Amino acid sequence: MIRLAINRQLKKIAKTVRSKTLRRGVISIAGFFIIWELCARFKVPVLGTVPSPTEVLRCLADQITEAYYWHSWGSSMVRILTGFAIAQLLGVPLGLLLGFSRKAREIIFPLIELMRPVPPLAWVPVSVIFWPSAEMSMIFVTFLGAFFTVVLNIVEGIAAIDERYLRAASSLGAGKSDIFWHVMLPASLPSVLVGMTVGMGITWCVVVAAEMIATNTGLGYLTWRGYVAGEFPMIVVGMLSIGLAGYLSSGLIRRIGLIFTPWLESR
Amino acid sequence: MRYDVFADDRQSALPPVTGGPGQTAGSTGPVSTGLASTPGTSDSSESVGRMEVESLSKYYETKTGIREVIKDLTLSIPEGRVTAIMGPSGCGKSALINLLAGYEKPSGGRITIDRLPVTGAGPDRLVVFQETALFPWLTTFENVAYGPKIRKELKGEKLGEVIMNLLRTVGLDEFRDKYPSQLSGGMQRRAELVRALVNRPKVMLLDEPFRGLDAMTRSLMRDYYLELFERHKSTQVFVTSELDEGLLIADRLAIVTNRPGQIKKILDINLPRPRDESLRGDPRYLALKAEALELLHEEAVKSFKAGAVNSADFVGAYAALG
Repeated sequence: MIRLAINRQLKKIAKTVRSKTLRRGVISIAGFFIIWELCARFKVPVLGTVPSPTEVLRCLADQITEAYYWHSWGSSMVRILTGFAIAQLLGVPLGLLLGFSRKAREIIFPLIELMRPVPPLAWVPVSVIFWPSAEMSMIFVTFLGAFFTVVLNIVEGIAAIDERYLRAASSLGAGKSDIFWHVMLPASLPSVLVGMTVGMGITWCVVVAAEMIATNTGLGYLTWRGYVAGEFPMIVVGMLSIGLAGYLSSGLIRRIGLIFTPWLESR
Repeated sequence: MRYDVFADDRQSALPPVTGGPGQTAGSTGPVSTGLASTPGTSDSSESVGRMEVESLSKYYETKTGIREVIKDLTLSIPEGRVTAIMGPSGCGKSALINLLAGYEKPSGGRITIDRLPVTGAGPDRLVVFQETALFPWLTTFENVAYGPKIRKELKGEKLGEVIMNLLRTVGLDEFRDKYPSQLSGGMQRRAELVRALVNRPKVMLLDEPFRGLDAMTRSLMRDYYLELFERHKSTQVFVTSELDEGLLIADRLAIVTNRPGQIKKILDINLPRPRDESLRGDPRYLALKAEALELLHEEAVKSFKAGAVNSADFVGAYAALG
């Protein structure tokens, strides 16, 4: 079943590449770059201070041959993936527990509600002091960024399960554990995936900011260094790289998610 | 949670695959060629349940006070027959189904199946819900297989064969690997009927199972349902708001009063089976229809005065007849 789903995903990608929608997207992006180039060339006020796309491209072409540039990608990715993975490992079971057991919800939920409104970035100073290394403190804030989103999405997903599914299952002879594995888990899977995708986005916001403050590696630092050194094209290269990295990781989550929820796309 | 009087019935809880002697396959439905039918022997009391409802009452506590939905309702549900239930909207029909299924506990009175009290949900009383309650994450086949698999009654090829026979009967064999969202409304209801039937419940509880379907699909569904009933004669409780549907399907038509619901009258529908549309012109049918409409109209007016909006449907139906 999973192999079938992967196949379907590949076919879908192939179809997207050939589609009209893609062509229109390309036109809009190309238009954006042309206008940007013109603004930079003719020194249009305000916008003129931004380096032109050709300068940026030249800078990018230099960068992709540099080991340092790829090292920045690597460091950011490691932080993201570690923080994100820990958030899933702890968040998914906790979310399921909270969704399933009312007692657990009543004990743990107030604590979560107390911590959640604090933005993950506000944790940076405290975690730098608290954790022995800058690396660990950054992974910790990335973890926070994804953790609450995932937990809350699962709890809400389980609360929204149609009672008829639970009733039908219990009529058919399902016991408590059957209902957990066969109804609650699959029924909440779509919200788990939404939580993961949103969490991934938050994770990138957090890691970039943390890198600008607390370390000297990663794509966030690369961008910040461009600013400090006055290499303006470098700033834009950093920005674009971060955008691309975030896009790729969210896309990956979505694709993997669709493999596990084949019923969602086959409408 | 489970109702375990059924435990010793497990081994015979599924329909045999091959057609047996003593009963011919029904010939009224849309599909009737070369299909498995149930041998007469397995239609004996072992898989057929009789339910008794004695002075049942149900109320809910709401912010504005106690809301009485059912009050002192007494009803016999004889084995192997279709008992249809009709009444104005909000008369507690759905609550009655939930109580019979064991999803809710009565506030007073008692419900028994084969003289044993109902204490919870169980595979001896299966519900077909208003809109589909098929699991969206399972294919048609997996949905139907869920009950037997979870109770470990039957598996592998044998189960596959039983399910495919049933799916063929309702014309869904080619849709076995589709997800519910890929099926039309009518197909979903058919799959749901089969998901219940495969478990050989003693009693099937159908809560307006064809609601929301267009008229054409609805009458087709009724044919499928009649076909399945002729073949697997188990006890049926069928809530409906369509009088013609009730008259064509039921052996007994129980009319429930305006809330709090009580049985107003039970009409015996002694029309010959198998039945089809042509019965609509039969004088006996028309007499029964007129009587039922009279009774329903009285309750609809009470309900209307009490503010239920949907009862306008009943008044409308009555006016259309006149």
